[in-house]
Amino acid sequence: MIGPSLDTARQLLADLPPAPAAWCSGLRKRYRKQIAVDGVSFTVGRGEVVGLLGPNGAGKTTVIKMLLGLVRPDAGEVLLLGRPSGDPRSRARVGYLPELFRYQPWLTAAEVLALHVRLAGVVVPEQERRECLATVGLADRARDRVGGFSKGMQQRLGLAVALVARPDLVILDEPTSALDPVGRADVRDLLLVLKERQVAVLLNSHLIGEVERVCDRVVILDKGRVSASGTLAELLGQREVRLRLDGVSAAAEARLAAAGQLTRSGDAFTVALPAEQDTAMVPDLVADLVGLGVRVHAVEPGRISLEQRLLDILRADTNADTNGDRS
Amino acid sequence: MTARTVLTLAALTLREAARRRVLRSLGLLMVVLLGLSAWGFSSLLHMEFDGATLTTGEARLVASQVINLVMFGLSLIAALGTAFLAGPTLAGEMESGIALAVLARPVRRSAVLLGKWLGLVIFGAGFVVVAGLAQFVIVWVTVGYWPPQPVTGLALLAAQTAVLLTLGLLLSTAISPMASGIVAVGLFGATWIAGVVGGVGLALGNESVAQVGTVSRMLLPTDGLWRGAMHAFQDPLALAQAGGPALQGGFPFLSVAPLAPAYLAWTALWVALVLGLAVLAFRRRDL
Repeated sequence: MIGPSLDTARQLLADLPPAPAAWCSGLRKRYRKQIAVDGVSFTVGRGEVVGLLGPNGAGKTTVIKMLLGLVRPDAGEVLLLGRPSGDPRSRARVGYLPELFRYQPWLTAAEVLALHVRLAGVVVPEQERRECLATVGLADRARDRVGGFSKGMQQRLGLAVALVARPDLVILDEPTSALDPVGRADVRDLLLVLKERQVAVLLNSHLIGEVERVCDRVVILDKGRVSASGTLAELLGQREVRLRLDGVSAAAEARLAAAGQLTRSGDAFTVALPAEQDTAMVPDLVADLVGLGVRVHAVEPGRISLEQRLLDILRADTNADTNGDRS
Repeated sequence: MTARTVLTLAALTLREAARRRVLRSLGLLMVVLLGLSAWGFSSLLHMEFDGATLTTGEARLVASQVINLVMFGLSLIAALGTAFLAGPTLAGEMESGIALAVLARPVRRSAVLLGKWLGLVIFGAGFVVVAGLAQFVIVWVTVGYWPPQPVTGLALLAAQTAVLLTLGLLLSTAISPMASGIVAVGLFGATWIAGVVGGVGLALGNESVAQVGTVSRMLLPTDGLWRGAMHAFQDPLALAQAGGPALQGGFPFLSVAPLAPAYLAWTALWVALVLGLAVLAFRRRDL
């Protein structure tokens, strides 16, 4: 009797979706009188790239350190890859590049990687470790002592350390702070490769353009709280396309309205596009309009940038605080 | 997993000591000290007091004292070296950020601390044994004196180094790397002086002054272990013949009695307690 029910239970467990790469709930941290983090909750799904944005002092680095067990939260819970953060094994498949990246100056780059592989408890052949160094552009510096590295090179080494133990989750805290434009482009490519490999990434960066390009979702922190979070489409609202047209017949207007919600002011037409639009939608629309005898003067994608949205959110927070103080 | 972390960190600490000029500086200091002592011991034999050179017994008595003096210098170098290694290896890594990447690995903080402690103990003990043996050989070649219990003496000196670096590790979980080294060495010196003061108290028959030495030896066992080590190095026969107030504790480089097993047990407990405190402090520390 017990056998089949146990099997069923096992099957049920096996069929459960894997636990999220990172999950935190109600994280709170106070440094003396200063509240650094106040009730932060979010999830990083498996294979998902999540950006952590916010002004200086918003608590981003503290949140990251609490996820990794480097800072003890006053309240709240953390699960990494399904295990509570109090259990060191929760970090077995996690790679981390700290904001303050420093590695043993008396070791060579190759020795630093070997050390981290050993601490992670995995076996990574030397060839793979060398490839990891090559990925971050340090192939020819493997035998050099870290003490002689520039800041940019140390940050590249930090990326290699974060990636070397075959992680399922990579946490990068300002990974491009010391890098030149080429280095930043390299990091962006690296993030896209991780995304392709279904490695989850939590990325804290001030370079909003990068975040916008690679992240599936964004969490915006301000004054230790989550101000907003969601997919880029959710945060930035629907996309729209603005057109300047003349010779618009009733049939052409009907075609425009069929594409999405239409607003018109003189010769300016704005069509709100659905969130999951296919890329052929706008060219098809323009071709049809031309076919209907419409003269097309301009077609502009209308979408506010993440930067603009971020500034709006942060300013709204500040205004709310000032009004709150007054009342 | 924990044992692997401890061994990895111990090996890393030894490699750090070897590569960070600490070993070279200690080696250089050791060579200077050994060279000076070789010169001193060889001239001891030819020295004339009131127109006569020392008798064999007198030479052995003097050698006993001078070997203790030189070994004190050696233990001081070992103490300074390990205390100034213990500080930076923990507090320095927390300050610089090196600890962030290491502790974000699937490791327990207690295992990291134990690994560092083990590495430092091996380093300190290795230094004491190599330097001590070199010193014994010099004395044997120059004056023909070989200490009665060299193994016990060196083991006690190694234990003294372990005690001091354990204290250094505890301090470095709370204060800056340099400060932890300075405080550890300062306490080491203060305990030694308290031991000397206690010895003077004993010689003068003043019990409350003598208590100073006893209490300080309980609080930080470095001086007690040092006295045990001295007892193992000195010639018991020559000392018994000489007798006098020097043996009653008045002279800082002679020791009247071997260590009691209870004191050794207390030392082991002390190390375990201080290491436990260091682990607790390190586990609670936000990085």
